[in-house]
Amino acid sequence: MRKLFAGLAGLALIAAAAAWVLSAPRPLDETIISDLTGDAEAGRVIFLASGCSSCHRGGARDSDPLVLAGGRSFESDFGTFRAPNISPDPDHGIGTWTQSEFINAVMRGISPDGAHYYPAFPYTSYIRARPQDIADLYAYIMTLPADATPSEPHDLGFPFNIRRTVGLWKTLFLTDDWTVTGTLTEEEERGRYLAEALSHCAECHTPRNALGALDRDQWNMGAPNPSGRGRIPAIAGPDFNWSAFDVSAYLSSGLTPEFDVVGGSMADVVNNLRQLDKSENDAIAAYITRANE
Amino acid sequence: MTLKTFFGTCALGLTLALPALAETDPAVAQRKGQFQLYLHNFGVMGAMVQGRMDYDAALAQTAADNLFHITRHDQSRLWPEGTDSASIEGTRANPAIWDNLDDFVSKFVDLQNAAENLQSQAGNGLDALQPAFGATAGTCQACHEAYRDEAS
Ligand code: HEC
Ligand code: HEC
Ligand code: HEC
Repeated sequence: MRKLFAGLAGLALIAAAAAWVLSAPRPLDETIISDLTGDAEAGRVIFLASGCSSCHRGGARDSDPLVLAGGRSFESDFGTFRAPNISPDPDHGIGTWTQSEFINAVMRGISPDGAHYYPAFPYTSYIRARPQDIADLYAYIMTLPADATPSEPHDLGFPFNIRRTVGLWKTLFLTDDWTVTGTLTEEEERGRYLAEALSHCAECHTPRNALGALDRDQWNMGAPNPSGRGRIPAIAGPDFNWSAFDVSAYLSSGLTPEFDVVGGSMADVVNNLRQLDKSENDAIAAYITRANE
Repeated sequence: MTLKTFFGTCALGLTLALPALAETDPAVAQRKGQFQLYLHNFGVMGAMVQGRMDYDAALAQTAADNLFHITRHDQSRLWPEGTDSASIEGTRANPAIWDNLDDFVSKFVDLQNAAENLQSQAGNGLDALQPAFGATAGTCQACHEAYRDEAS
């Protein structure tokens, strides 16, 4: 009996050690990211395309999208997440962060002191971005106004409140694969980059499994709204038959082909994307319709 | 026409606070019908603005006239308390409407003002229609962003 216990304890120890190793953060190669020089103007496009301010601007409905004070909350099956202050404030924001720290946060979900971020922060999409683009984004965000609002804590149940568990989650689900591979036109490739690496369409339009990871077999086929009310519509699958013209027009005007007007969390997406060059929305639309062929 | 007559002279908060009749309060279908009538007219102008159909001054003007009038429709019996999406099925009216009635009303007023300007521009050529249409769409979006749930 005692032997059995010792054996089990040994196994548990090995499992725990394995879990510890598997859950360790894996940052980007420092030599690749520390030498990049960011261009703030180019970073503005990345900022709009990737929708940082939809989550990180202040909590009030009419808050300034360029003041990344944090405070918005996001319901999930695991509890409530609150987006932190990521303005350049040195005390309450990310004003003292280095470029490498920023890139590892956005593209790998790793904090400056090596902790894992929760995938409520969609680094799960940004992992596909080009490090140069995120360096540009860093340069741009550092030009935005500083704000001294303190970040608020999340409200999560056990065991989700233990960040190290996110490491295991990443081992299982974090991937930089594209959904559509094979030969794409130049426009479709740009669209794939925007849709999958930056604008993270799938993070809202795809249903999630019990562990909160995207069910990639049902990519963009519509999902329950995390807030509990209503559904996020399908933008892929048999029920979605918009043309590329329809999708592009919607992204830059908020108008459906029937001329209904966008609302809900998609309104923020449209408010950002309508500021981009029309060719960018055409590219996203080309990819979304191509993916559905 | 003043805004007062649009919403009736009594306090809107009071009139909106009428209790819901039942799960199947007809007000829900009726207010949705009103929005469908918006589309019926708004869509014609939208199709011209997006180049889906050729600009036609008479058609645009009629649509804008209609939208002007429909957006003057008295709202006082269309939003009974208890007809929000947390209380009943079949509606996308977010409960926040009833916590922020003044703001909800002011967003309707913004639409009315935009529709008035649209009416004055729609017949003056595509270049005049475009910005006035865009401004009107902005007032629809401002309300949907705040008070309409995601589609179900
Ligand atoms: C869907 C909402 C959402 C979007 C979009 C989003 N974030 Fe976040 N972000 C979060 C949440 C939630 C956290 C907190 C994660 C945690 O505590 O584990 C976070 C954390 C962060 C942090 C860490 C801050 C700190 O104090 O440790 C940074 C930096 C950050 N986000 C930057 C960005 C940038 C840059 C973008 C755009 C490229 C972005 N985020 C887009 C939700 C979002
Ligand atoms: C933050 C979550 C979120 C993100 C990110 C997002 N969407 Fe949406 N999307 C929604 C919601 C919610 C709706 C429903 C809007 C409404 O209720 O008016 C929607 C609606 C749509 C529609 C209209 C579908 C219909 O049948 O009415 C299209 C098309 C669309 N999104 C495309 C995209 C594309 C393309 C992207 C990426 C570039 C994207 N969305 C990113 C949440 C999101
Ligand atoms: C002051 C707020 C407000 C304004 C302004 C507004 N809407 Fe809406 N709209 C709503 C709400 C709330 C609903 C949900 C009604 C429900 O489901 O009970 C809705 C629903 C709709 C629907 C769906 C109707 C259905 O059959 O389910 C359409 C279409 C629509 N609106 C179009 C428009 C258009 C076009 C405009 C501008 C010309 C506009 N709305 C302006 C609040 C508004």
